[in-house]
Amino acid sequence: MIFEDEPVPGYPLPILPGHTSPGRLERILRAGQFAVTTELAPPDSADPEEVYQRAKIFDGYVDAINATDGSGANCHMSSVAVCALLTRLGYALVMQISCRDKNRIAVQGDILGGAAMGVCNILCLTGDGVQAGDHPQALPVFDLDCMSLLSTARTLRDEHRFLSGRKITYAPRVFLGAASNPFAQPTEWRAERLAKKVAAGAQFVQTQYCYDVPMLKTFMSRVEDLGLLGKVFVLVGVGPLRSAKTAEWMRANVPGLHIPETVIKRLAGARDGACEGRNLCIELIQEIREVRGVSGVHIMAYRQEDSVPDIIERSGILRGRVPWYPGRDPQVSGPRSAA
Amino acid sequence: MYALRLWSVRHARGLNAFYRGFETVLTGLHPLFKRLGYERLERPVATVEHSVKGLLFDCRMCGQCVLSSTGMSCPMNCPKQLRNGPCGGVRDNGHCEVRPEMKCVWHQAIAGSARITGGREALREVQLPVDRRLQGRSSWLRVARERAGAAA
Repeated sequence: MIFEDEPVPGYPLPILPGHTSPGRLERILRAGQFAVTTELAPPDSADPEEVYQRAKIFDGYVDAINATDGSGANCHMSSVAVCALLTRLGYALVMQISCRDKNRIAVQGDILGGAAMGVCNILCLTGDGVQAGDHPQALPVFDLDCMSLLSTARTLRDEHRFLSGRKITYAPRVFLGAASNPFAQPTEWRAERLAKKVAAGAQFVQTQYCYDVPMLKTFMSRVEDLGLLGKVFVLVGVGPLRSAKTAEWMRANVPGLHIPETVIKRLAGARDGACEGRNLCIELIQEIREVRGVSGVHIMAYRQEDSVPDIIERSGILRGRVPWYPGRDPQVSGPRSAA
Repeated sequence: MYALRLWSVRHARGLNAFYRGFETVLTGLHPLFKRLGYERLERPVATVEHSVKGLLFDCRMCGQCVLSSTGMSCPMNCPKQLRNGPCGGVRDNGHCEVRPEMKCVWHQAIAGSARITGGREALREVQLPVDRRLQGRSSWLRVARERAGAAA
């Protein structure tokens, strides 16, 4: 899909009527396309080249890239910095903000700064507890929670003011997202919680890894009953499992992750676990695509990022569409003045 | 105390009814509080409030109590201090991600709120960020002052 008003990389798209951001992800979703997002693991390094290399893997396959914010409470390059590097090249980023490490002063500053750099999507997260990561002795901040973070971001955007009431001269034009875990206890409350996030300002959600499609269907029908389908875009999280052993380890150690026994058995029975994991991921994507109300998938292939293009290609979800990447449209990439 | 905290959630209905009555009494006492001076009362009342609510709910004295909206399960006991529902890390047995030996505060809150009339609706309200300046101050006095102020 080539937009006729395609800007020079790094410049925002015009904001269409009914849209809140100048971003590609919102355009794709509102155009009714099945969106594909993925996650970039920020490097443990100060070398920008590593960030560029990690983003380049996804060229032509994804509509937006999530820049994680100390995921799993582990220390990496900041999401703000990853966004700064990649928005310059024109990539569509989903800047993750976790409440674990920053208070409301820092968070609001990051939202303004992110938007100024060309971040069009912000994912509001509570964040994992510090005990989960490599610095368990750190101070857990949690000044806001994901819900109040969402409403804070919305206040900045729609009311053009900080939480304190002080005016903002140019509001951040952002598409607001949140996370959702349909597979964690108490499962009967999970759709309600999504409704609350929508009420707080969420326009899209990315879910935890889905390995249980029937469970997802139950969740989605509840989401529909609550009248949320027209109000929020649901991108379902998927990812390849490397082996039965990894799956078991993840199930035991990653908070809120649900992997049914059948999945583990299938991986254990396969000759090549990694290959089987990818096949399973592709099948899940194809099944998820058919679930009513699902607007896209969010592929999280931690330390297997190389497999993402293959998974997307073989699943056929893009249906011939080539998402934008730097250099995709040579005809519009000539120099243009900022005016 | 953890065991009493769980008891309180099981008895959310009664405790909530009691609190409703207590709140009316507090509001009625506003003229007296005003004469004695709210600031002068702050310390002694906060001490009493802390011991009562500390015993029943493991109250953390955030100063802006939402127990009636959270099924009598204090959200400040959540290691992430979530005021708006359970995070995505709740274990299959309904226990906390951060402290596996503890039942998830919000798992409890959902159970408790089912016992209170209108409890489910209260859970759906988006709670504002906590005002950290109120830490250690009495919620009771704040309620008395605000309620009486709103009625006047």
